[in-house]
Amino acid sequence: MIEVRNVSKTYANGTKGLDQINLTIEKGEFVAIVGLSGAGKSTLLRSINRLHDISEGEILINGQSITKAKGKRLRMIRRDIGMIFQSFNLVKRSSVLRNVLSGRVGYHSTLRTILGKFPSQDVDLAFAALDRVNIVEKAYSRADELSGGQQQRVAIARVLAQEAKIILADEPVASLDPLTTKQVMDDLKRINMELDITTIVNLHFIDLAREYATRIIGLRAGEVVFDGPVSEATDERFAEIYGRPISKDELLEEVTL
Amino acid sequence: MKPVNLSTNHSLKRPNPPSKMKHYLTVVIILLLLWGSAVQSDSTLRELIQGLPNMLDLLKEMFPPKWSYLDNIWDAMLETIRMAIIGTTIGAILAIPVALLCASNITKKSIIFYPVRFILNLIRTIPDLLLAAIFVAIFGLGPLPGIFALSVFSLGLIAKLAYEALEAIDSGPIEAMTASGANSLQIIAYAVIPQIQAHFMSFTLYTFEINVRAAAILGLVGAGGIGHYYEVTLGFLEYDKTCMIIIFTLAVVLLIDYASTKLREKLL
Repeated sequence: MIEVRNVSKTYANGTKGLDQINLTIEKGEFVAIVGLSGAGKSTLLRSINRLHDISEGEILINGQSITKAKGKRLRMIRRDIGMIFQSFNLVKRSSVLRNVLSGRVGYHSTLRTILGKFPSQDVDLAFAALDRVNIVEKAYSRADELSGGQQQRVAIARVLAQEAKIILADEPVASLDPLTTKQVMDDLKRINMELDITTIVNLHFIDLAREYATRIIGLRAGEVVFDGPVSEATDERFAEIYGRPISKDELLEEVTL
Repeated sequence: MKPVNLSTNHSLKRPNPPSKMKHYLTVVIILLLLWGSAVQSDSTLRELIQGLPNMLDLLKEMFPPKWSYLDNIWDAMLETIRMAIIGTTIGAILAIPVALLCASNITKKSIIFYPVRFILNLIRTIPDLLLAAIFVAIFGLGPLPGIFALSVFSLGLIAKLAYEALEAIDSGPIEAMTASGANSLQIIAYAVIPQIQAHFMSFTLYTFEINVRAAAILGLVGAGGIGHYYEVTLGFLEYDKTCMIIIFTLAVVLLIDYASTKLREKLL
């Protein structure tokens, strides 16, 4: 369970990134966060695993405050939260397998991981994770030999190998074409259903949000302006979130056609 | 639309062109500096021309080179290369932590990376021959002070090149490793080293090329290697032997440069 309590973030230049956000996300939910660029989607997501510090309020992950955590405790909380990025963030010069295994380093001593001595269960886990996203045959390829969609699936495998209980995905399909977009979103959805992993995805395309999420959170200027099930997220409500009618480039279908 | 009338009858206001005075002054100052340096160091063009026959005499004495002298200098040349190998390796190993401490995207505290960079720049201002002379004074004659001098010189060069490359790496993998709960050493091992190791090898090879050249003259101050033979043969006016040393050094340096350049092309 993720509890976001009265969270605000003010940048050094005075602009408000997040404004009094209150959210509770239950285990196993598939949440899509939508909003215009600059609305605070990415800031909110990165506050949850504290890649960004917040100015006010508190965020609890399964009852533990990540806001107050330091050093080892912070790393232990982060170990349970996997993250997927728009630009994949793989080490391009390393093999796919090593990239996936890098998700395991939080479980072992520094010396052991620096020497690359992962136990065989970890290697099995890495292969199983690659198998789950249908890319196991690429295990020994260098990451930069893969296409964008394949790289994003490797990034998902890395999160699976990490045995994360929560997945945060920051615009995971923004640099992919429509077909691979569907594959990656299907993978995320399947993992969410099969492994009961809480998933929070920032999305630009609102039809994708409607298709995959169980709950939609709308942000505008750092404030939550919509929070409800997909059935309530009608075009009219989206028009409110965006402060104007939905334009065609916010619909994947339209862009594809 | 009405065509734009360029030939207006009212006088166009043009800004005054910037003064060229600065350029003229620069030229004058450079000429003054050149003239002043020549006068102060007693060097004249006339002396250079008068000295030409002497130079030709020297060249005549150098040829033909004494090929048989190769047997005497073979060991010294090997020692020179060994000094360069060991010096470069020690320098490269020491450069790793220094480069990491200098890089602002890895060592996030300016209170650490600014002082370390300052010390690094300080090291780089000391010429290698001076370093060798200092180490000879401390450790005595032989290749050991030469190796130390090359180590310090390599440390300065490799750390400088490596930290600049470090600051240009992709921060994405660092962010991903941070998010997965890795500690700072694990982040370096998994997100930084793989991105930098090919560059680092390339810098080390490049430094090795420079060190072979540098090691060839360290013997002049008694720090081992082939440089010692320059001093001896020049002292005894045995120019044919000196010529042999020069040719041999040139051949070895060219060979190593060629091999190293090819290797570096393959790396990157």
